[in-house]
Amino acid sequence: MTEPAKKRSFKDLLLKSDAALSVVVVLLGFLCGTILILCVGRNPVGMYKAILQVLTGYNIDRHQWYVRYVGEWLAQSMPFILCGLSMGFAARVGLFNIGGEGQYVVGLTIAQVFALLGPQFSVLQWVVALVLAMLGGALWGGIVGWLKAKYEVSEVVATIMLNYIALYGSRIIMMRIPGTNTYKTLDYPATALLGSSFLQKLTGGSMLNLGFIFVILSVIVYWFVIEKTRLGFGLRATGFNKDASRCSGIPVTKSIVLSMAISGVFAGLAGGIVALGSFKYGRVLSGNDGYGFAGIAVGLVGNSTAFGTMLAGLLFGMLSSAQPLMESNRIPKEITFIIQGLVVIFIAIRAGLRMAITYSMKKNILRETQENE
Amino acid sequence: MDNNAIEMLGITKTFPGVIANDHINLSVRDNEVHALLGENGAGKSTLMSILFGTYDSDEGQIKIHGKEVIIKDPNAATALGIGMVHQHFKLIQNYTVTENIVLGIESTNKFGMLDLRKAEKRVSELSKKYGLMVNPRDKIEDISVGMQQRVEILKTLYRNAEILIFDEPSAVLTPQEIEELMDIIRKLKAEGKTIILITHKLKEIKAVADRCTVLRRGKYIGTVDVADVSEQQMAEMMVGRAINFEIDKSPPRAGNIILSIENISVKNIRGILGVRNLSLDVRSGEIVGVAGIDGNGQSELIYAITGLSTVESGSIKVNGTDITHMTVKERIEAGIGHIPEDRHRYGLILDFSVAENCIIKNYDKSPYSSRFGILDFNVISRHTADLISQYDIRAGEGPSMKACNMSGGNQQKVIIAREIDLSPQVLVVAQPTRGLDVGAIEYIRKRIVNERDKGRAVLLVSFELDEIMNLCDRIAIISKGEIAGIFKAGEVNEKQIGFMMAGSKKVEVFKETVK
Repeated sequence: MTEPAKKRSFKDLLLKSDAALSVVVVLLGFLCGTILILCVGRNPVGMYKAILQVLTGYNIDRHQWYVRYVGEWLAQSMPFILCGLSMGFAARVGLFNIGGEGQYVVGLTIAQVFALLGPQFSVLQWVVALVLAMLGGALWGGIVGWLKAKYEVSEVVATIMLNYIALYGSRIIMMRIPGTNTYKTLDYPATALLGSSFLQKLTGGSMLNLGFIFVILSVIVYWFVIEKTRLGFGLRATGFNKDASRCSGIPVTKSIVLSMAISGVFAGLAGGIVALGSFKYGRVLSGNDGYGFAGIAVGLVGNSTAFGTMLAGLLFGMLSSAQPLMESNRIPKEITFIIQGLVVIFIAIRAGLRMAITYSMKKNILRETQENE
Repeated sequence: MDNNAIEMLGITKTFPGVIANDHINLSVRDNEVHALLGENGAGKSTLMSILFGTYDSDEGQIKIHGKEVIIKDPNAATALGIGMVHQHFKLIQNYTVTENIVLGIESTNKFGMLDLRKAEKRVSELSKKYGLMVNPRDKIEDISVGMQQRVEILKTLYRNAEILIFDEPSAVLTPQEIEELMDIIRKLKAEGKTIILITHKLKEIKAVADRCTVLRRGKYIGTVDVADVSEQQMAEMMVGRAINFEIDKSPPRAGNIILSIENISVKNIRGILGVRNLSLDVRSGEIVGVAGIDGNGQSELIYAITGLSTVESGSIKVNGTDITHMTVKERIEAGIGHIPEDRHRYGLILDFSVAENCIIKNYDKSPYSSRFGILDFNVISRHTADLISQYDIRAGEGPSMKACNMSGGNQQKVIIAREIDLSPQVLVVAQPTRGLDVGAIEYIRKRIVNERDKGRAVLLVSFELDEIMNLCDRIAIISKGEIAGIFKAGEVNEKQIGFMMAGSKKVEVFKETVK
């Protein structure tokens, strides 16, 4: 008698808690990935060995620790987390920001230009560059919010278009900088770089850089603004029910513009960190980096909460930095993309999953009432 | 024994988390008018949906004329001679009456072409036989709501229904139309039909029904002969305790004009003027009721006062301050309180907790928000706990309970608590008791009167004439976006109001009643 009661409470948890459902969804993704590896005739243990090494730095086969992998994982996760926050913030206000990519590109471009052409001051040039990148992202997102609030332009359409404008605009601007060839600029001055000798020493020479501080701050600020402040209250209200918010005197149009701008701040910051942290020179983008789009998935998996999104970002970062290790374990690296895709699909059908759970619960109740009679 | 047209035995239907019908029995005699009485959520509609085949029952059996049947969809019900007159008409606006009636069973001539002539003839025969006075060639969009309902009735008769189910038929009608409907029901009975009338209006049951079955919270309470019981007794069966319909109300002590509306015109969502040149004053310490049929400009009037729509011309003043072009926020601060008609859309944020809903209009003010814009959830929670006990809100989980997990009556209490707590000078109240149980209705009406006695100006919009007659000190009748007349309570009767709701002007009505 105790067992079905326990079972039901687990189902209850899945029904009520988005976080629990996300965890189940991720596990399901890995399960499918594992089966797929078996199908192509490889040993899935290789994948889990790679994942273990990314998460802890420990290589089971050689019984050795490589801290560098942990550092790479964190470094790799930064843009995922930030773009996830960008998606999540807009989602909390009821908007679908698929312009993370464009806001990212704008941030990246501004950071690159400032690093190359801006005044060089010794200490905080990179900080100024990142702040400018955030402002650029805010502008790019804010335009969409303004168009939506003022002229009822769908944010989905507007952001898609602005993604293109950002990408090709970035190419035009970067090509005009003296010394640029078709794909890269001259090297940045050292003051603009995010690399930190301290972090590098700590993580065995990984790419982990000072941008990480900004990522941590972003997660905290996101949580604080959404959950604790007057501003966040109005934004959340707008996201849940625009009509009731308007009726209660909450400035709905302002909320929309503001939320898109803040959303852009996170994506812009991601661009700035990638520009100055992962490269020593500015790039002329030939295509999208894809972090903005991946951020949509990250935000969804993280349920648009600060810590959920951080965890989801770490998951995506882990999958992407596990790729080279998996290759060396004879696992096709494409598996990681498949797992990412599956996770997103499962998240998207979670409404269906819930329906299935409710249905099975209903049948249980029915059976029990019949048995009792 | 009597001949039973319908027998429903031990009908049980569960929805996730709710038992809508719990072993309900219903037997309807041949050729009687049988009322099905119960509050909202008592399970009337579910039971009838099972009879009509829209829902499957989990348990129980149905017998029609003594023969056990399984009704798996509405077509099966139609084949058994059961017809349903829905509360929300299922008619196509730009089709004619006949086209709507034959929809789905169109007859064709030998070339496979639509033959409407035959159908038209039958429709007008049926219409004449039952005194429905429907012109088969009229388009639905050109005829009144009452007429549309008759088309729905014709639809069932055309399909040879012997048993007609009326689902809350009077909800959309004027008092005169209701009377005509009662005549139609009598006529149908005289012609041998069996009728089930779903309603919560006792007066109508008294007027036409032979017997009445009462449901309460999904359970069968009893079946009574209508002639043997009083309205009061039926009400007690329905609610489960003695109730007081009349509200104790002292005479109003109306003071200065607080809300003054002058010649305003407001567009509706279709861009047409929904309110035309409307003027209305509300004084402190009085309740002014706006009576009218749904869709005659009531919503536009409310939106104009609360700031949800822009006003084309004219002005609205509160205490002499012009608020015509203020934002919603400024109006709230100027002293406009609003209990909206659609509480789920405008009144509450269902995903928010009770606490968050309680402060949604003043969350940005001290003591809820600090100078730096940080919310103090301790203060908010304590404030909400106060409101919960003060207004008798049943929130099992306290201030953090989500609004969507509460009953309709308690959701409405949350809104009332919030609005009254802001102590507005003008309280705009729309349909405050729609869909609520009798207990909550009593409570909410008392609170509204209470606010009046505190000297607030209350503007009440309601489609329930009883509510208007019961609560208001002055009654304004609205028709086609204009005020057809304003009266002191007691100066008019329901019949006169009904005429004006239907579009007659004050003068004409009084001429007519004198005659």
